[in-house]
Amino acid sequence: MTSAEYAKPPPRESLGRRLSTFFYRHPWVGLAVLLAAPLGWLLAGYLGSLFVLLLASLWDTNPFTSEVVHDYTLDNFRRLFEEEVYREVAWRTIKMAAFVTIADAVLAFPIAYYMARVASPRMRNLLVVAVLMPLWVSYLIKAYAWRTILSDSGVVNWMLEPFGLSFDGYSSIGLWLVFTYLWLPFMILPVYAGLERIPHSMFEASADLGGRSLRTFVRVTLPLAFPAVVAGSIFTFSLTLGDYIAPDLITSQQFIGTVIYDQRGTNLPVAAAFTLVPIGVMIVYLLVARRLKAFEAL
Amino acid sequence: MSKRHKGWLRPAALAALLIALAFAAASCGGDDDEGDAAGTTTEAKASTAIAGLGTTLDEIKQMAREEGRVSLVQWAGYAQLTKEFTQETGCAVSTKDGTTSDDMISLIGTGEYDGVSASGNASVRLMERGDVAPVNTDLIPNYADVQEGIKNKDYNSKDGQPYGAPHGRGPNLLAWRTDAVTPAPDSWGVIWDTSTPYKGKISIYDDSIFIADAALYLKATKPELGIDNPYQLNEEQFQASIDLLKGLAPNVGEWWADYAKQIQSFANKDVVIGTTWPYQVNTLTADKKPVKGIKPTEGTTGWSDTWMIYSKAKHPNCMYLWMNHMISPAAQAAVAESFGEAPVNLKACALTKNKNHCDEFHASDESWWSDVYYWTTPTADCGGEGGTCKTQEDWVNAWTEIRG
Repeated sequence: MTSAEYAKPPPRESLGRRLSTFFYRHPWVGLAVLLAAPLGWLLAGYLGSLFVLLLASLWDTNPFTSEVVHDYTLDNFRRLFEEEVYREVAWRTIKMAAFVTIADAVLAFPIAYYMARVASPRMRNLLVVAVLMPLWVSYLIKAYAWRTILSDSGVVNWMLEPFGLSFDGYSSIGLWLVFTYLWLPFMILPVYAGLERIPHSMFEASADLGGRSLRTFVRVTLPLAFPAVVAGSIFTFSLTLGDYIAPDLITSQQFIGTVIYDQRGTNLPVAAAFTLVPIGVMIVYLLVARRLKAFEAL
Repeated sequence: MSKRHKGWLRPAALAALLIALAFAAASCGGDDDEGDAAGTTTEAKASTAIAGLGTTLDEIKQMAREEGRVSLVQWAGYAQLTKEFTQETGCAVSTKDGTTSDDMISLIGTGEYDGVSASGNASVRLMERGDVAPVNTDLIPNYADVQEGIKNKDYNSKDGQPYGAPHGRGPNLLAWRTDAVTPAPDSWGVIWDTSTPYKGKISIYDDSIFIADAALYLKATKPELGIDNPYQLNEEQFQASIDLLKGLAPNVGEWWADYAKQIQSFANKDVVIGTTWPYQVNTLTADKKPVKGIKPTEGTTGWSDTWMIYSKAKHPNCMYLWMNHMISPAAQAAVAESFGEAPVNLKACALTKNKNHCDEFHASDESWWSDVYYWTTPTADCGGEGGTCKTQEDWVNAWTEIRG
């Protein structure tokens, strides 16, 4: 070999090869590139718009044209604190969310238990399809259907008539029924998954230790399924907290969602400030749920 | 290597994020040099020119064919003879029903629509915000046939410039089911009476503009308050109206903004009496439901609507042709009968199916309209009359409080 051949540098590798080597040597760069797109969407699209919304809660409005004026003020929050109606509306919505969650938990548990522990595989599949079917129907159709059912000349009153009873469907109780119906699938599925996850050996051990069915249920099944119930309750609670369509159709009372919706055109900063209330409530709720191990059950 | 660096990385990243957010907040705020304040335009008269609008009628017709569509925000049932319009002009029509004037202002603000049928409480704000442009009436041939008494009013013109094509006017009615309400009422008192026999069966319009209806009732029943214009109220008059409404609120069965919801409620007898538009009365009567609507003795609120063009309309030529179409006698006759209002082009009176329509709806009887108070926006200067009045913002805030 001549010295000229030794002096020749090795042929340059292809671009793909070089990139691959680079990512192998710097794995965090590869991770960053992969995450850039979805994180970018999350940060700019989602968090960014939340940030602008929160900024808007500090802005002012022109009292005549209702246009948003970009001057900073704490007036919106002062109004939320001073005027009683906002506290009443918030409390009313939180109470409704709590009642809906309890009703859904009570209704969902037997169904999920049957699906997870009693039903044959064929029946189980049928039930899963049945539980998921309402989710394929448009929300508006379900809400309007309930509006017809609950009306004074609707099915409920028709059934009560022979007994001389009547039911004012367009009330809080009516709305509670509608919400319970709407969010039930969201509670059944996590509870079903949670119950299915309990190893069969737990029940055998309980039986070996002398536990009858009720004791096993109370001391073994319920505690093990509780995180799943909390996981399902996240959905029912948060969905009720923010909903503005069903309350508008069923009752004439104001809820957080309807107040925000009504104010969005004429006083956007106040609406934006009021959104901080459900956000704050859900932050607390999620922290509690995390402590109750609900995130492992999702 | 990474473990040693982690200590300062997280606080530094957090600090950088906070600084970035603060910077964004500061740059988003405080641009009061942009002159958003009401009524302080330093320019001369606003221009009728819109990007893409033709300068002669023939140019408009030709460019409209190229545009091919027009999208409108309207009160339910306003767009009429749309197929004929599309055949004639080549513009397909798509409409969006607004529920309240505030809703319409929000919709126009999205920039997705070319025009709106604005009532007085929307039109004034839209003109002030610059969301609608003045119109060149030379390019709207049918404008000449509009009643003189409707032209250049303060709700459809500014600084002497017309801002749209008048559509029609009508009253808000007191309506009831004749098979549930006896005797037939002739006064708003049947609703405002806190011991009303129709508790829980009353249907009321869910918008802050309804405060004017309370003020109107007080004008007749409490003259000592000195209410003259139900939209311009001082502190005392405003409080009295709010108190009256708070007395009504527990008796209300339904607050309606969606006309279809109200029609369904009346049809099912969930409500038996309330305030409504002639459109619902017409629809229910056509459906053989026993419903009647009147203008009570105290007078009523009402609306005089104008088709206005969005200042940044994507299809301005089609919109100009649409405005011309809606004041043509055929379209005026169609909407006047189907909605139940008075046309503004009296040539329509010969074309209505009911030959007495114009008389029944008082199209040229100005004295009948003297106690109909068209929707308009409350202003701090009491509409220029002197004194201090409650603003639109006050009205909206009060409404949230009234609804509970």
